[in-house]
Order: sequence, then structure tokens, then C-alpha cells
Amino acid sequence: MRELSLNVMDIVQNSISAGANLITLSVCENCEEDSLVITIRDNGRGMTEEQVRRVTDPFYTTRTTRKVGLGVPLFKMEAEMTGGAFSIDSVPGKGTDVTARFVPSHVDMIPLGDINSTVKLLISCNPQIDFVFLRSLDSRSFTLDTRELREVLGKDVPLSDPEVVSWIGGFLEEQTEALNSPGSVEN
Amino acid sequence: MKSLAELQAIRDRARAQVEIREGMEDHVRVLVGMATCGIAAGARPVLNAFVDEVSKRQLKNVTVTQTGCIGICQFEPVVEVVEPGKDKVTYVKMTPEKALRVVNDHLVNGNVVTEYTIGANS
Repeated sequence: MRELSLNVMDIVQNSISAGANLITLSVCENCEEDSLVITIRDNGRGMTEEQVRRVTDPFYTTRTTRKVGLGVPLFKMEAEMTGGAFSIDSVPGKGTDVTARFVPSHVDMIPLGDINSTVKLLISCNPQIDFVFLRSLDSRSFTLDTRELREVLGKDVPLSDPEVVSWIGGFLEEQTEALNSPGSVEN
Repeated sequence: MKSLAELQAIRDRARAQVEIREGMEDHVRVLVGMATCGIAAGARPVLNAFVDEVSKRQLKNVTVTQTGCIGICQFEPVVEVVEPGKDKVTYVKMTPEKALRVVNDHLVNGNVVTEYTIGANS
């Protein structure tokens, strides 16, 4: 993939297919430690030990349309390529945790890319699912929790409402800008 | 800064429009293929273009959503337009620019953009 944020979009589809209704995505960067950690946690149906072992195999998939499943193997390869690490923890009936650690200074590091666009689209296309997005850069961070938005919006206004989607886009953009400019007001 | 108060105002505006939206028979669905193949081929900017344009034009009868791999990976990004009572239209090798034209010609004016369909590209 050209951007890690595209892999995130892809991996989250697995959580959605697993019937999750709460998906937590965190993207944590630490300059001093030279690390970027992406975690995707869901409360879907989870996988058995056997499935966890096989899911990083490109020729394993639960899908019936084709014989290959490249989402997880690609993400794993991209993390390991930078000298990072990749792990999956899953409990059947409870959910799955996917964690990929990258080393940003490595020459083979793929840029994170437009993660905000990924988050915005995931929310607007899956209004029935709750998402928590946590982004941190060194000591600064922000969170977007659709459960909080849902509380404000009430039952009759969906998260996919165009105005809500554009509010989400604007919120992410502002918060990211604040994150990237130390010295400005932190919240 | 974007505040929750702003979101409340959006809710109040949206609530006022709810009645108009209900009971619509002409509901159109735009499905963008967002499996590994679609995403790698550039489906996210296409999906984004559809979401933004449909919102900009306030097409209340259109839902833009994502779908998995439908098995024609070589034609990704693939977009399907599903209208009640009509044949499904499958657009292939989409770009954000093509998406704008599909919104304009097909969704707004009802003319299928034949040159972007799978029939014209295979």
C-alpha cells in the first residue's frame, strides 16, 4: 500500500466483517523512541488460536470469492520491513487486537498518509458501528469517540449525516494541526 | 475549534428535515469496493469524492457506502450504483474525477455514464 492509513482501512474491514460494534484505533508516534504504533482493537467474534496462526498466511482467507487474503500479511510485512513488529491477540467471542509497530526513520518506512480521511470514511460508511480514534504524538494527543457524538446527536440523526461527516472531517483536521504544532494551546 | 455545541446545531437542523426524508421510494445506493484490492487501486479517494459530492449537492436520496471484493480485482476501483427497479450499473477503474461525473450525470440527471461501465471496458 502507498499509505499505512490505507492498510488501516483494510484491516478495519476485518473487524467489521467479524460483527464488531466497537472498534478502537490508536495511532501513537514517539519521536524519541523512533516508533509509530498502530493498534486496531475490536469486539467482534474473535478468532481461534489456529486462525490467528494462519491469518498472516496470504493463502488463508475466510472469504469464498477468492483463495487469497492479503490484508493482514501486507500490514505485517510493512511493519517488519522497517525493523518493527506485528502481533495479533484474539479471543473467540471477545474480539481481536492487531498491533503493528513501525520504525519511522527506516528507509523502508511507508508514510502514515491521510489517516483522517480513513477515519472519516469508516465512520460515515458504517454509522451503526462505534469508533474510538486516538492519535498521539509524543506527549500530545486527541481522541474522537463516536459514542460521545451519538449522545449529542440523539437517535434520529445518524453519524452518516453529511453535515455530521463534514464536522468530523473538520474536527480531525483541527486536532491534527494542533498536534503537529507544539506551543499552540493543548487540550 | 469544532465543538459539540456546533454538533448540537447540526442535530437540530437535521431533525427539522427528517420528515422530508422519510417515505422515499427512490433510494439510490452507491457501493464502493473497499477490500484490499480496491483500496490498493485507489478506492479511498473515489469513496471520498462520492461522499463529498453527494453531500455538497445535498442528494438526500443517495447513500454512499462501502462493500467488499466482488471478484473483479483487475477492474478496481469498482463502484456499483443500485437503483430500485433498475439494473445495477457497475463502473470500473474509477477515479475521483470520474466519480464527480457519475454523480452529475447518473445520480442527478439519470444518465448512465456508459463509457465508464464494465461493459465498455472489458
